[in-house]
Amino acid sequence: MTREKVRVQAIVNEQPVEFLCEPRQSLLECLRDILGLTGAKEGCNDGNCGACAVIMDGRLVNSCLVLGVEAHGRRITTIEGLARGAELHPIQRAFLEQGAVQCGFCTPGLILATKVLLDRHPDPSEPQIRRWLANHLCRCTGYDKIVRAVRKAAAELREVRA
Amino acid sequence: MKWFDYAAPRSLAEALDLLARNPRARPFAGGTDLLVQMRAGQLDPDLLVDLKHIPELNELDCDGSGTLRLGAAVPCCRIYEDERVRRHWPALAEVAEMIGGIPIQSRASLGGNLCNAAPSADSVPVLIALRAVCRIAGPLGERRIAVEEFCTGPGQTVLGPGELLVGFEIPPPEPASGACYLRFTPRAEMDIAVAGAAAAVRLSNGVIAWARVALAAVAPTPLLVREAGDWLADKAPTEENIREAAELARKAAKPITDMRGTAEQRRHLVGVLTRRALQQAIARAREAQP
Ligand SMILES: Cc1cc2nc3c(=O)[nH]c(=O)nc-3n(C[C@H](O)[C@H](O)[C@H](O)COP(=O)(O)OP(=O)(O)OC[C@H]3O[C@@H](n4cnc5c(N)ncnc54)[C@H](O)[C@@H]3O)c2cc1C
Ligand code: FES
Ligand code: FES
Repeated sequence: MTREKVRVQAIVNEQPVEFLCEPRQSLLECLRDILGLTGAKEGCNDGNCGACAVIMDGRLVNSCLVLGVEAHGRRITTIEGLARGAELHPIQRAFLEQGAVQCGFCTPGLILATKVLLDRHPDPSEPQIRRWLANHLCRCTGYDKIVRAVRKAAAELREVRA
Repeated sequence: MKWFDYAAPRSLAEALDLLARNPRARPFAGGTDLLVQMRAGQLDPDLLVDLKHIPELNELDCDGSGTLRLGAAVPCCRIYEDERVRRHWPALAEVAEMIGGIPIQSRASLGGNLCNAAPSADSVPVLIALRAVCRIAGPLGERRIAVEEFCTGPGQTVLGPGELLVGFEIPPPEPASGACYLRFTPRAEMDIAVAGAAAAVRLSNGVIAWARVALAAVAPTPLLVREAGDWLADKAPTEENIREAAELARKAAKPITDMRGTAEQRRHLVGVLTRRALQQAIARAREAQP
């Protein structure tokens, strides 16, 4: 084995970044420990809870099951990339207003999952929302308020686009 | 995880060379099984060979004869978003939508699902029912085998040292044919099958021309139940005949008791799921009647 760290260049939240990582480090570890982006959370570290979800080249991935080295040449969006300065993204606002956030541990992953869903399906049905969010565990809200927040955000984004 | 190196070859030849020179290397597709097992200490490869930049392993295309060429590393999301797959092989699109949740489907491949060789792998019975063939490449050249011959035990496959699954060839759908996969899970999403059954049938002049039934999670490997298909051939697609075929599948199953279910429950589920999968495959075949 070479035991050499690997240089990774990527676009994270629209900014070019460059970092050195060990091949065994997950994208989640690289985001949190190297880049200081601690929005993505480590829940299960095995793909089940969705707390670590980020967007990579337009697709939602669990960053605990992606290697940091795989980010090379990719475009990544984390929860830190959603707000415009002090102005929250409409999905973030809807989550706050609908009481879909309690402890907040699941929230970054759920908001990014909602973003990918609404980018593809601007007017999702409730079963469709539940299917798209099924990989995300929330121990606080009981999910109903999350589904409501997604519908609210969808309506608002449709208005903005219209 | 222990230290390992990472390589992202751009060609099949380069990947095969890396695997041949490093006996402790491991192919890496979506990582949704591999990284979990490495973190649990079940595997500690020295080198991960990323398959996602190799053209042959990422192809998703129909050739001139209508055969679907599906690269081993193509993630589920690309399979179920493909209009040709949705139209001609709907059971394949459905099973790709069934594996894990959205972030898993961004990464998980059917090559990984097969090579991981879990008896519960959802896509494998579907591939078997659709008569998919595996393309394997290795130090001694290329070979092809039917999907039902690929797994040899839990976590065990026919792949020899340095061999790689390149992809699948799935024959074009015949007229008046249909397929369906059903599984039983306590939770609708994000769960592992207690049992699963896939069926494919072709109708011709009011009778079943041929049928194939394959099962998940009720034997050491995914299981093709030839006797169920053979029994249905040249028979009318009646409720009684479907029940008899489901009974043959129930008898062929060799389930065990584990934390997900008892052998008895699984055997019962095989009967129910096979019957329903056959009914739905037949309904689809009728719709596909020219
Ligand atoms: C949260 C979660 C939910 C899941 N839900 C389901 C489910 O509902 N149904 C289901 O069936 N599975 C499920 N799985 C298991 C897993 O996602 C699937 O088995 C998936 O298809 C594996 O594909 P992969 O591309 O991620 O494979 P990897 O993890 O990359 O590889 C799996 C194994 O196959 C080997 N391998 C991969 N590709 C090749 C190749 N081309 N040639 C030779 N060897 C190869 C690897 O070395 C490794 O040993 C789930 C997993 C998680 C984490
Ligand atoms: S921490 Fe990645 S899915 Fe739970
Ligand atoms: S708000 Fe606490 S886990 Fe969802």
